[in-house]
Amino acid sequence: MSEKVLMKGNEAIAEAAIRCGCRHYFGYPITPQTEVAAYMAKRMPKIDGVFLQAESEIAAINMVIGVAATGKRVMTSSSSPGISLKAEGLSYLAGCDLPAFVVNVQRGGPGLGGIQPSQSDYFQATRGGGHGDYHMIVLAPDSVQEMATLTVKGFDLADKYRMTTMLLADGTMGQMMEPVSLDFDEPTVYDKPWAVTGTGCTREHNIVNSLFLKPEQLEVENVARYERYKLIEQNEPLWEEYMMEDADICIVAFGIAARVSKNAIAEARKKGIKVGLIRPITLWPFPKAPLAAAADKVKAFLSVELSMGQMIEDVELATRCKKPVYLCNRVGGMIISPAEVLAKIEAIAKGDEA
Amino acid sequence: MDIKRVTLFAGHYGSGKTNIAVNWALYLRRQGYAVTVADLDIVNPYFRTKDSARELEEAGIRMIASPFANSNVDVPALPGELYAVVDDKTSHAVLDVGGDDRGALALGRYSPAIREENDYAMLGVLNFARPLTATPADAVEVLREVEAAGSLPFTGLINNTNIGVATTPETVLQSVKLAEETARLMGLPLVMTTAETSVAAALAGQVKDLFPLTLQTIHLFT
Repeated sequence: MSEKVLMKGNEAIAEAAIRCGCRHYFGYPITPQTEVAAYMAKRMPKIDGVFLQAESEIAAINMVIGVAATGKRVMTSSSSPGISLKAEGLSYLAGCDLPAFVVNVQRGGPGLGGIQPSQSDYFQATRGGGHGDYHMIVLAPDSVQEMATLTVKGFDLADKYRMTTMLLADGTMGQMMEPVSLDFDEPTVYDKPWAVTGTGCTREHNIVNSLFLKPEQLEVENVARYERYKLIEQNEPLWEEYMMEDADICIVAFGIAARVSKNAIAEARKKGIKVGLIRPITLWPFPKAPLAAAADKVKAFLSVELSMGQMIEDVELATRCKKPVYLCNRVGGMIISPAEVLAKIEAIAKGDEA
Repeated sequence: MDIKRVTLFAGHYGSGKTNIAVNWALYLRRQGYAVTVADLDIVNPYFRTKDSARELEEAGIRMIASPFANSNVDVPALPGELYAVVDDKTSHAVLDVGGDDRGALALGRYSPAIREENDYAMLGVLNFARPLTATPADAVEVLREVEAAGSLPFTGLINNTNIGVATTPETVLQSVKLAEETARLMGLPLVMTTAETSVAAALAGQVKDLFPLTLQTIHLFT
């Protein structure tokens, strides 16, 4: 057979996770991510892995905490309302400095919302989601191939920095089928001297905990964590630049919105409007450097998102409001069309946007 | 392939059942039959027969699908109207069964009547570029689960091996041996090999019982 296979985005996440050493999956079904769990249910028993459908999302994330404490690669997946339920556990993972991989295949919200695609959990993902001072690394795929490669990347970053990586996809990415290559490098193995694996009476026991009785010590823990975050902000931002060399207008978009925008850019360039795209692949750390550099070159920015305007705040911060930042959006499970993005581009080019 | 009054397409999800069902319905209509297409999927709320509703309607084909398909209502419901496919013997019926054993479960409600009438083809759709059915042994496992869930044994297999837009004639040619091996393991005939129209054109004369497919267009952006 040829080296590529045909997969749904949700399946690509599951298979990539298995191939980079994840043998523990805890989940609870919710559309549009259920195929992650269904795939794990089929595969894990055949490779001596654990698939467990928990009694709730809250139970699933706490099982993740348990396995993560032993240093094993572990994941859970859900969609928007289910991630809200997991938020307490995400905060505990951060407080315990544990590596974990969490998938959110977003649907329309708030509340039960709907089952169609959305990007309206941007704030929840990039600002932490749970309580307390913490971050998660947030990765935003724009193809089935990236659903796979960013899953592998996500497990690596989680181990490297002892924290949660969230794959923030949308319903389109989860459901669509595309050719995908599953050839990955051997995963880096990280030492985990903190893992709770049994002392064998040969060492002091390890403690994994997020409770600190002395405020002085809790402050030290928080400050140390943010020192680590600084390193991540320096070393780990990922982004794609598309037709930015001569661009007068810079679109900023991720996931499905970036794919729609590329189609709009092609149409705009046919009309002589020079538009480019900066596609953040890491939403946290947000790729501030390329946006700050673009702010000295372009006339305006256009944030294209499937939310009421969440990432636009990071664009304004990264560019220090040097140039106007406009919003082009659809919400509630509606996907923006290339024509709608093109109309906005044309209005900006004519100076009609205020 | 012999034309039966009821043709069912079942198998692993994502194997291509819906595209084949729509194309087979249009083919039957072109032969002059009255045709009803029924969407039996109670599991997956996306990529449904209903995506082709307008094309089927324009061809004069009756479509029966959940009123909730492609909506925000994510409930496993089938309309009462579906009994028409077994009750109304004046129309040929094409049944798009849901993926895997979970998806085929709903078929069990209709399979006694289909078996009793005994004028049906229950076809298992194969795609060896799907990782969970990449080998004949894996494909047999999934198909056995499907026929057990749906209470209807397969009568033949269809080879629909494809990698989406990356499909080449070689993709199909390399899969024929796997499809034949699967047919041998199940003791069933391989009744056709399907491929997107342009790929099928390049394969003319090289593959037996080739059936070209016009694919449902879903804009996913380049």
